[in-house]
Amino acid sequence: MIAKSPTAGFRRLFDEVGTVDAVGIEERVAKFTTRSIKKASKVQGLKLAVSMVDLTTLEGKDTPGKVASLCQKALAPHDADLGAPQVAAVCVYPAMVRHARKALGSDTGVRIASVATAFPSGQAPLRTRLAEVKAAVADGADEIDMVINRGAFLAGEFGAMQDEIAAVVEACGDTALKVILEVSELETYDNIRAASFLAMRVIREGDFIKTSTGKTSLNATLGNNQVMLEAIRDFYLDTGVAIGMKPAGGIRTAKQSLQFLIAVKETLGDAWLTNERYRFGASSLLNDLLRQLEKEKTGAYQAPYYFSEAAESY
Amino acid sequence: MPRLLITKTPKPYVGGAFIRSESGRTFPVSDAAGNFFANIPQCTRKDLRNAVEAAAKAGPGWAKRTAYNRGQILYRLGEMLEGRRAELIDTLVRFGGTKAAAAKEVEVATDRLIYYAGWADKYEQVLGNVNPVASPHFNFTVTEPMGVIGVIAPAAPALLGLVSLVAPLIVSGNTVVALASEKTPYPSILLGEMLATSDLPGGVVNLLTGFRPELVPTFATHTHLRAISAAGLSADESKAIRLGAAESVKRVHCLADETRWLSDAAQDLYAIREGLEFKTTWHPIGA
Repeated sequence: MIAKSPTAGFRRLFDEVGTVDAVGIEERVAKFTTRSIKKASKVQGLKLAVSMVDLTTLEGKDTPGKVASLCQKALAPHDADLGAPQVAAVCVYPAMVRHARKALGSDTGVRIASVATAFPSGQAPLRTRLAEVKAAVADGADEIDMVINRGAFLAGEFGAMQDEIAAVVEACGDTALKVILEVSELETYDNIRAASFLAMRVIREGDFIKTSTGKTSLNATLGNNQVMLEAIRDFYLDTGVAIGMKPAGGIRTAKQSLQFLIAVKETLGDAWLTNERYRFGASSLLNDLLRQLEKEKTGAYQAPYYFSEAAESY
Repeated sequence: MPRLLITKTPKPYVGGAFIRSESGRTFPVSDAAGNFFANIPQCTRKDLRNAVEAAAKAGPGWAKRTAYNRGQILYRLGEMLEGRRAELIDTLVRFGGTKAAAAKEVEVATDRLIYYAGWADKYEQVLGNVNPVASPHFNFTVTEPMGVIGVIAPAAPALLGLVSLVAPLIVSGNTVVALASEKTPYPSILLGEMLATSDLPGGVVNLLTGFRPELVPTFATHTHLRAISAAGLSADESKAIRLGAAESVKRVHCLADETRWLSDAAQDLYAIREGLEFKTTWHPIGA
């Protein structure tokens, strides 16, 4: 009987994957905010961050027109002479994938990511969720962002949670997968680390784990980003499989994004400083990055209304 | 037993909070007798940037208030000055005014706030218009606040100069980032404390203390500032402001050195107009 209680299951899992020193993590990430990044290295960091943005619109009021303007912004974030690269991807609801594909065309460096599996709650029958994934893939999605079954995880049914992820992996085919842990609902750093490991064991090299849906009160923080980065590092050292990372929600300023990049650099190294292994899920971050790039170029602080809005203007 | 001395840490009022400079720097200020008075935060261009962000955030909400409500709040700010009249006079005397001159300055500063409070729901009637046009249209000219405006206060009078520049701008719904007198910054710290208790939303008025040579170039080039209202600029400062303003297309309003701050001539409707844009709309009759 004891072996079946969630507590015992969690204890075994923590013994296996290790636990997190919460105070240590907080102190470690506080240090990331004190690094001084100026001039050329700042410009390099800002451009790198632009190239890692998953430009996102996930609202009930999304329209094909809004998605088309989002795609335009993704292809050409600002005046060409600013030298800002294209973003990594646009991130939309499954119903908007075909509109995004139409706007971007087939020969493009910007990928289409689609949230699926009854985002953001995940509370739909598995076959419905899988059908959603297949539909998004068929419409032209390059990447699928799925949510894990938090209910199963918190109840200690780790096998059920992993089976569902494995089913989605199968439904994805060649399409890359990002697994959203929804860290605000996992409650502790230990749980975040454990859930990261459970997910990483069933996904493939080149897939991602992702912090949040952006639909709850608490989103990506340096703290939970760090816990997941360290899980990725430990998993890589164990198995040699490199998993990507995507913090999402709550990253609005260029300064924050540089701090996240510092965390990547100092935890996983240069190999992860590419949009193939690190992404930012964000909508308003892009304009702040462009604004700071323009500031570095001209020397004058810029007004936010000098930059076209992609997702917020409707 | 003698009490320990409790000295105050002067902190400028920015974004509804009392801040230290992000740089951590301060500069010493002495009173008129040459005795050390306090260390004042030496705000930097990054503090200016942050203040502009705070002002921009506060702007829409402040502009959306009814004119009547903005008038009430300005009047209440006058009440706050009146309530701390004695402290303000003592401060001005400490930094070199005579008792009578200090009392006069505080009195005029308070009255000036009341004056502009009165204009809050009246300037539109005077500056706006219904224009005669040769077609079946109503043609209105109405005013709109410009947005975030930079203020560079004169060295003296430290309190009255600052109040005279800020009040006519915020009455119409603008928000302000102001640089206080470099020589006598302490009255602006006190003014910030009164702003904080006057029902004025945080971020509408942001008061920085620091050095002009460090901050004037950033005031000039910051594209988010829609206008600059300044007094007592040197020729070099004036040039820097105008060059930067030309680049970022902002309006510049400079008051002459010989402004008679105490006189009624230093307050008028045209000071309010300096912070306004005019919008003309056509509306078909009968539609």
